[in-house]
Amino acid sequence: MEQKIIIAGFGGQGILSAGRFLAYAGMLEDKNVSWLPSYGPEMRGGTANCCIIISDEQVGSPIVNDPTALIAMNTPSLDKFEKIVRPGGVIIVDSSLVGRQVNREDVVTYAIPATELASEAGNATFANIFLLGKLIAHTNIIKPESFELSLKHGLREKYHHLIPEEMKVLRRGMEY
Amino acid sequence: MAVVFDRPHALVDVSMHYCPGCTHGIVHRLVAEVIDELNIEGTTIGVSPVGCAYNNYLYFNCDMQQAAHGRAPAVATGVKRVHPDKVVFTYQGDGDLAAIGTAEIVHAAARGEKITTVFINNAIYGMTSGQMAPTTLVGQVTTTSPYGRKPEIQGYPIRVCEMLSTLTGAAFVERVSVHDIKNIRNAKKAIKKAFQVQQKGYGFSIVEVLSTCPTNWGINPVDAMKWVQDKMIPYYPLGNFKGADLEV
Amino acid sequence: MGKKVLMKGNEVIAEAAIRAGCTHYFGYPITPQSDIAHYMAKQLPLVGGTFVQAESEVAAINMLYGASGAGARCMTSSSSPGISLKQEGISYMACAELPAVIVNIVRCGPGLGGILPAQGDYFQAVKGGGHGDYKMVVLAPANLQELYELTVEAFNIADKYRTLVMIMGDGNLGQMMEPVQFKDQEDIYKDEKAWATVGTGMKRKHNTITSIYIEPEVLEAHNNKLQKKYALIAEKEVRVEEFNTENADIIVTAYGTVARIVKNVIKLAKKDNINVGLIRPITLWPFPSEAYVKCAEYAKAFLSVELSAGQMVEDVRLAVNGKKPVYFHGRTGGMIPTEKEIYDKIKEILEKLGG
Repeated sequence: MEQKIIIAGFGGQGILSAGRFLAYAGMLEDKNVSWLPSYGPEMRGGTANCCIIISDEQVGSPIVNDPTALIAMNTPSLDKFEKIVRPGGVIIVDSSLVGRQVNREDVVTYAIPATELASEAGNATFANIFLLGKLIAHTNIIKPESFELSLKHGLREKYHHLIPEEMKVLRRGMEY
Repeated sequence: MAVVFDRPHALVDVSMHYCPGCTHGIVHRLVAEVIDELNIEGTTIGVSPVGCAYNNYLYFNCDMQQAAHGRAPAVATGVKRVHPDKVVFTYQGDGDLAAIGTAEIVHAAARGEKITTVFINNAIYGMTSGQMAPTTLVGQVTTTSPYGRKPEIQGYPIRVCEMLSTLTGAAFVERVSVHDIKNIRNAKKAIKKAFQVQQKGYGFSIVEVLSTCPTNWGINPVDAMKWVQDKMIPYYPLGNFKGADLEV
Repeated sequence: MGKKVLMKGNEVIAEAAIRAGCTHYFGYPITPQSDIAHYMAKQLPLVGGTFVQAESEVAAINMLYGASGAGARCMTSSSSPGISLKQEGISYMACAELPAVIVNIVRCGPGLGGILPAQGDYFQAVKGGGHGDYKMVVLAPANLQELYELTVEAFNIADKYRTLVMIMGDGNLGQMMEPVQFKDQEDIYKDEKAWATVGTGMKRKHNTITSIYIEPEVLEAHNNKLQKKYALIAEKEVRVEEFNTENADIIVTAYGTVARIVKNVIKLAKKDNINVGLIRPITLWPFPSEAYVKCAEYAKAFLSVELSAGQMVEDVRLAVNGKKPVYFHGRTGGMIPTEKEIYDKIKEILEKLGG
């Protein structure tokens, strides 16, 4: 199995860190992984995206031109990446922030008001985690337990008290 | 018979290549005497410049590195950061230090690198045959200021000591001359103190030595000494700019 | 081996350098490699090393000159425009035979260009960007595990031959994360460095580090000595990966992260029963010419794929020496060729050659 994922949105939405947690969780499950951020001038307050590959085989190029999954957290990101998702792939959008429908009919689509739902669950900044929950549920790419370990590893100690809350949001996303 | 004058141990027993009347030889000797007196030959690493003194690694008995044009302070920084317990000095001319290597000397001083710079200011490029230096005086004729240095065209000479003494990291800054016996004695005192300031870890130290270049000035050695006195010192006043009171 | 860690390429370089015994780092900020400096600034002091942020690239390379001449294992890193500024010091260090490691995380040029991945510095790295006849070993890793291992190796090669070693990656290699497994202990080449300027201790004649030889006979002799050393390096240190080259119809050649795209293409082609091989130079200098000579016996053609307007392809042509056609496909400006794009080019070539 191989999943090539693009997560895209505004800087500050936790785009890059969501990708990193996902890749790390994949590594914990002994899968081959890569994480490649966009590091162009756009990272200064503009859009941000990253490519994550989680695979049973060796990862070839870390660049993703034909994602199997896209998480879009703003409209420009959906505009940019919608066309390149593989037929049969999945597009997950934060409908709280994306102002339009997904046009593709050959992919599975989830429009989730993640920012609102995360906000209701206590923390709007966990919208990225909510959407990751849906991605994990749809693709089975990693186990939620690995994601929890990944958070423990990737977050500084002073944020560890947030992990139970984040895992709650992740599970809500999975069940949505 | 008692020996009253001898070659310093830190100076290699070879004849130097400098022109008659050039004061590089005097300054080399002063540096070597200071190395002897402080008993640091075995723990000193010097950095040679590009310019007339490019091969003074042949003349000093301590370990030496030869640097690219203007880069001696950066090279010395590298050496000192590897051997903070050793004594490191650069020997640089005015083109090397005050033109192509301005950034390196300013930032070595700003960082307070614990190195000592001996700066030869003879108001001209010697080795490349007499071009205008950043320290060439107004009105001075050189091969690239054949009508005399004109401020409206070539700007003004840089006073390096005055400039560097504004930097907190520069601990000891002094300008001396070697045009007569009294000044040679003062020059040696300043060079010695500069090395001691380094040893004590106060920061960057520099001694600017007003020097001669009879060959490129186009005058004889005796007149060259007088030219330092009459023309250079009025623009480049001698004295300590910083660190005279440091305990060494 | 230790457990797997997920790290950024730039950080892998810094960590590997410290493991290799690098004690001194001199650098100047430039995207996309500044993480190396950040890591060094944080970690080097903790292991008794020294990090200096230089006032310029020129100062940084000359600090490296001083530190290497003083016997330290040391490193600088930069990206293309910064490496151009360092060329003066590189030439001087090559002449003075100072061992050190220089990292170039290449971005797209010319000029200030952009900050995205490129391979346009190939000529500069392997043909000598500075003046005079000199060479430096140029290593081009393609993944982060290899990046780690080659960084350690770079320090060993540098000390072994008293030479500069450049690690050449691109922005993708520097910015990406992949699992890396560090060894419990590194193999470190140990050298007394009796030539270094560490103070005579009044026990020996004074050492001199220099790159100036005014007498023509002396300078020619020194040049001959350098060339002899380069010949020895060329004989001993060639590194290359051949992938699926046996019986390949066409050999694609690429280095660094581009080679990874080519591996994906090879998989695509296999599905169509097209046999594509890959020669991936790991040392760009010395160039692995032998691999091309061998494949030129049976492959129909070669295709060099680069993030440049065509640089390595010249060395490929020299190696193939007219025996088979050599094609080129390149992208510049930070554009990356897609798998499809490369595959289309392969099909186009095979069609042209009749089959």
